[in-house]
Amino acid sequence: MTQAANPTGNDRGFLEGGKYPGLFGWIFSTDHKRIGLLYMYAIITAFIVGACLGLLIRLELIAPGETLMGAQTYNAVFTLHGVIMIFLFIIPGIPAAFGNIFLPLHIGAQDVAFPRLNLLSWWLYIIGAAMALASLFGGGGAPDTGWTFYVPFSLETSTNVSLAAFGVFTLGFSSILTGLNFIVTVHRLRAPGMTWRRLSLFVWALYSTNWVQVLATPILGITVALIVLERIFGAGLFDPTMGGDPIMYQHLFWIYSHPAVYIMVLPAMGVVSEIIPVFSRKPMFGYVAVAVSSLSIAAFGSLVWGHHMFTSGMSDTAILVFSFLTFIVAIPSAIKVFNWVATLYKGSISLAPPMLYALSFIILFSIGGLTGLVLGSAATDIHVHDTYFVVGHFHYVMFGGTGFAFFGAMHYWFPKIYGRMYNMRVATIAWAFLFVGFNILYFSMKLVGLRGMPRRYYDYVPEYTTLNVVATVGSWVMAIGLITMFVNIFVGMRRGAPAGDNPWKSATLEWTLSSPPPAENFEKEPVVTHGPYDYQEAGLL
Amino acid sequence: MSEEEAHVVSYRTYILVWIGLLILTTVTILAAQVDLGAWNIWLALGIATVKSALVVLFFMHMKYEHWLLRLFFLGALATLAIFIGLNFFDILYRYE
Repeated sequence: MTQAANPTGNDRGFLEGGKYPGLFGWIFSTDHKRIGLLYMYAIITAFIVGACLGLLIRLELIAPGETLMGAQTYNAVFTLHGVIMIFLFIIPGIPAAFGNIFLPLHIGAQDVAFPRLNLLSWWLYIIGAAMALASLFGGGGAPDTGWTFYVPFSLETSTNVSLAAFGVFTLGFSSILTGLNFIVTVHRLRAPGMTWRRLSLFVWALYSTNWVQVLATPILGITVALIVLERIFGAGLFDPTMGGDPIMYQHLFWIYSHPAVYIMVLPAMGVVSEIIPVFSRKPMFGYVAVAVSSLSIAAFGSLVWGHHMFTSGMSDTAILVFSFLTFIVAIPSAIKVFNWVATLYKGSISLAPPMLYALSFIILFSIGGLTGLVLGSAATDIHVHDTYFVVGHFHYVMFGGTGFAFFGAMHYWFPKIYGRMYNMRVATIAWAFLFVGFNILYFSMKLVGLRGMPRRYYDYVPEYTTLNVVATVGSWVMAIGLITMFVNIFVGMRRGAPAGDNPWKSATLEWTLSSPPPAENFEKEPVVTHGPYDYQEAGLL
Repeated sequence: MSEEEAHVVSYRTYILVWIGLLILTTVTILAAQVDLGAWNIWLALGIATVKSALVVLFFMHMKYEHWLLRLFFLGALATLAIFIGLNFFDILYRYE
């Protein structure tokens, strides 16, 4: 395929040139594509650090007793693993990296609505990340509370909780500003002809996510600020001896942190909704249902936080209500899964790497989601609460879901971002290692959890040894997959063959541009005449 | 309200709203002296709601804004009310 005429007069599009030379041209750029890439590099770095910590946790658990580290170090390592993976990888992950690059391109805009605010969001992310990492070294040592900062322990521990909490507060602002920016962008900057029914499902998913970011994240900000207030001034909000209520902390924390699960997974569903029709060569089945299900997941997902608290001492009435509401969220999630499967039905399916990741998402997310119902129903939750079953469950949803979708997005949009192609064979092999290793690792966790192994201890009784060894071996298989994948991506970035403008023959707007896209996106405002999955009308079938 | 035309509110309106707020503050203080049982809190919350409505409508210009912006504002309020409301399933029934 030949390169389309590029108005900037070079072949490297937005990757070349810039207002300032060198690094400054990137870290002070207000171009949404450059900011998106900055996010992507930062997020992948965070992921690699978090994954190394995860491997250390697994190594410690390969045998009972102290293998590699003591209890205090182990507590710090799993806390940091959680904080990094949640706040630095999965929450910003898809929206901040791929959302930034492709949201304006999908709606035919020049940039996001507030480009400078966008740059500020990235800086806040970096500052927040620096604070979270600095908390390891200063004060009373690395935080050991788990990523949830539960009271009363987070108020009593002498470790550096305040700085880590303030880091989370700052990261929250980054997330709110990105959400706000994208909402305004979707409302105000759509190209002529880009009606709501012609928005890509990725944009619909982002838009739903953004509302949750704007409405729920401030509550997290206030909650962690209250922790700092309690620790420094002893305000007594969560201390029963002073009239406070420790369960209230859990409410406040989960009012944000459960919707945050949907901040993590909705954009991933958007990515899957992009990849599946392209590699089935069929329009998306049930477009409206999938778009609306994004909105309803965002709405209902915000009302179910109490299911994290069934054993906390919360009232039985609340347990009943939250358990019921939890089951409702399964409906829009299932609508998505059924529509993806219906899109695949009788499609001309090609198993390119992005598609392999999207299909893995459907399988792993379904396993994770269905085991979630075991936890959402109060009677069974009492038995498996705080066991490795929960750890297995949320890794299936978060890593098997969002993580795999992130890698899928990386492989899908790679040729558009860099104008080059990675090695498909190597990418497929890497995916196979990842998928197999993933299931060995996390399925063993579910099994050992059902047998009663509690989470968050560095030690266990010898009966659990076999499954723990299996899980640790799984983590190595997965590590091989991750290394292969990242090396392949890096080599493709440097030396990959030219990919052409639309290697996957997709009908969304970003593929009408040259690869990499020019700095100012569309030379003149595009007029949209067909939907995002109308391959026939776009002349791509 | 579109971006081109900005609504100008007269000083008269502002002063009337301000006087209204002062009167409501006085009522709050006076009502707190009387023992109405559980109704004290409802009365105080009711007056506070009216006062914040006045501030939002006039001082923050919500009365003159486009319906979409007003809808979004109410949406945010409704979300907050739902978040707080769901907590009462716990707090009201915890010690039963």
